[in-house]
Amino acid sequence: MWEELLIKLAVSGAVLGGVLNLAGMQTWLERKQSALMQDRIGANRAYFTVPWWLGGGPVNWVLRKLGGLGILNALADVIKLLTKEDIIPAKGNRFLHTLAPFLSVFFALLAFAAIPIGPPLILGGRQIPLQVADINAGLLFILALASIGVYGVILAGLTSGNNLSTLGGLRAASQMLAYEIALGVSLIGLVVCYGTLDMGLLVERQGELLWGWLPRWGVLLQPVGCIVFMTAALAETKRVPFDLPEGEPEIIGYFTEYSGMKFGLFFLTDFVEVVLVAALTTALFFGGWQVPYLQPGGFVFPWGAVVPVPHLAYVGLGLLSFTVKVVAFIWFFMLIRWTLPRFRYDQLMHLGWKILFPLSLLNIAVTSVVIVVGSAHP
Amino acid sequence: MSTLGEQLLHRIRDAHKRRTLTWWERIYLPAIAQGLWITSMHFWRNLFLHIAHRLGLFRDQPASVTIQYPDQRRITSPRLRTRHRLTKREDGTPRCVACMMCETVCPARCIYIVAGEHPDPNVEKVPKSFDIDLGKCVYCGYCVEACPEDAIRMDTQRHDIAAYSRDGMWLDIKELLNPGTRQFNEPPEKFVQLTPSEFRQLPQTPPPPPPGTGR
Repeated sequence: MWEELLIKLAVSGAVLGGVLNLAGMQTWLERKQSALMQDRIGANRAYFTVPWWLGGGPVNWVLRKLGGLGILNALADVIKLLTKEDIIPAKGNRFLHTLAPFLSVFFALLAFAAIPIGPPLILGGRQIPLQVADINAGLLFILALASIGVYGVILAGLTSGNNLSTLGGLRAASQMLAYEIALGVSLIGLVVCYGTLDMGLLVERQGELLWGWLPRWGVLLQPVGCIVFMTAALAETKRVPFDLPEGEPEIIGYFTEYSGMKFGLFFLTDFVEVVLVAALTTALFFGGWQVPYLQPGGFVFPWGAVVPVPHLAYVGLGLLSFTVKVVAFIWFFMLIRWTLPRFRYDQLMHLGWKILFPLSLLNIAVTSVVIVVGSAHP
Repeated sequence: MSTLGEQLLHRIRDAHKRRTLTWWERIYLPAIAQGLWITSMHFWRNLFLHIAHRLGLFRDQPASVTIQYPDQRRITSPRLRTRHRLTKREDGTPRCVACMMCETVCPARCIYIVAGEHPDPNVEKVPKSFDIDLGKCVYCGYCVEACPEDAIRMDTQRHDIAAYSRDGMWLDIKELLNPGTRQFNEPPEKFVQLTPSEFRQLPQTPPPPPPGTGR
């Protein structure tokens, strides 16, 4: 009983730590990647020195190098956010105004509970699933939490006592409505293909081979579903091509009346949601922790070669594969964020309701027909 | 066949008409892929070059267009009107004869000259003090054009002027004769009066080269 609890705590601690670190590093990634994409240098000045009794010279050398890479800017950001004055507007609702950022970040972080980060680890005869909560309808759980997450944003907008913030909150609500449906419906085709809502099982079934040589990843079975899902999921993160709730040029956004770390929490939520979307895309469409041709016993190549891999290395490779894919998708979403211009509001609604939604419905119809015909004539 | 001018006219005439997009353009994804391709190519190229620069390779190819301002400075045209300086005679005294032409022509009235006598009987006058209030100066260059003696020039290639007070923006005769010696964070000196013998004792420095050598 106690062991179970400790194991769960360890796994959830690892997931939480990984997610928060990835989210925190995104401030660095955002600065540096956008700089490289635009032929700039980016943040490279922030650093600090420590006195001799904390290491002195060598530590300072490392700090200077890190500062030159701009990594210490993330630290400076956090110090700034934590030491700023916390302002609650006089017209705002004190309780709900404080609650909103916590709601926002809480549900974004909670969704990671259902995502498997690695293959089951067998340690001392005990099987440990590397997944915080092994929910048999994990996909629904994640979708539900993704929708609840927008409540924080709506609350923030409505309780700030600022008309522009309210507009931001309302935009978030309507955007959520438009894209949540496409998001959910685009995944039904995937559920039809793999026949499960269990995230662990879903990832495991993507390790099988198609026609004996192609990994059975979701993106190969559901290319249209993948594109619709990624578009809708990007809209869920409220980042640039879909940043209408924020709307920097015209309404500043739902978090206008927030300062200090409460604003920081919204900031963090954005980044956590990017990690979440990257992790979901990986888990649902790109094989999760699966490495192509890696079976629990070792690599089994389609031409018959077998390379045995010990169990711990197998688990490690799985974790590595998942992390690499997630980081790659974070990079990709960052690339999109710094490449595409913003949608106009009517274009946003047009894309959500008239393109993505019918497309995902069509995807379900085609997938179902193919599955039924395929099972009738195997 | 229409000429280029006619084509341009047609374009201008039809500029308000919204072009109907082709099907390929309307599905939007190819355009997105094209944009992502361009930006990601910039990303990988610059990333590669940054790493190569660290290793000492491909130094001739810049990885960014940034000029890291206080450390690196843009090379400016020699014709650019920058901070003023006073030219000197061979004996170290200012070429200026305190004729007050620049003070008179200055539209911002930022030049303040106090005239004195020059020991050489062939030279009529010399400024005892020569001050320019850069807080007022509009960099029009009229003082340079009005000067009959080529005594004032605006070619120090310095244009970064920041001070904590309006008084800090003053340039006295010492700074004007030896541009680049005044630290703008020091307390200001105004109306410094120098005698011709003190002029000769000022260090005989040629005008410093323009700061920085670009990238």
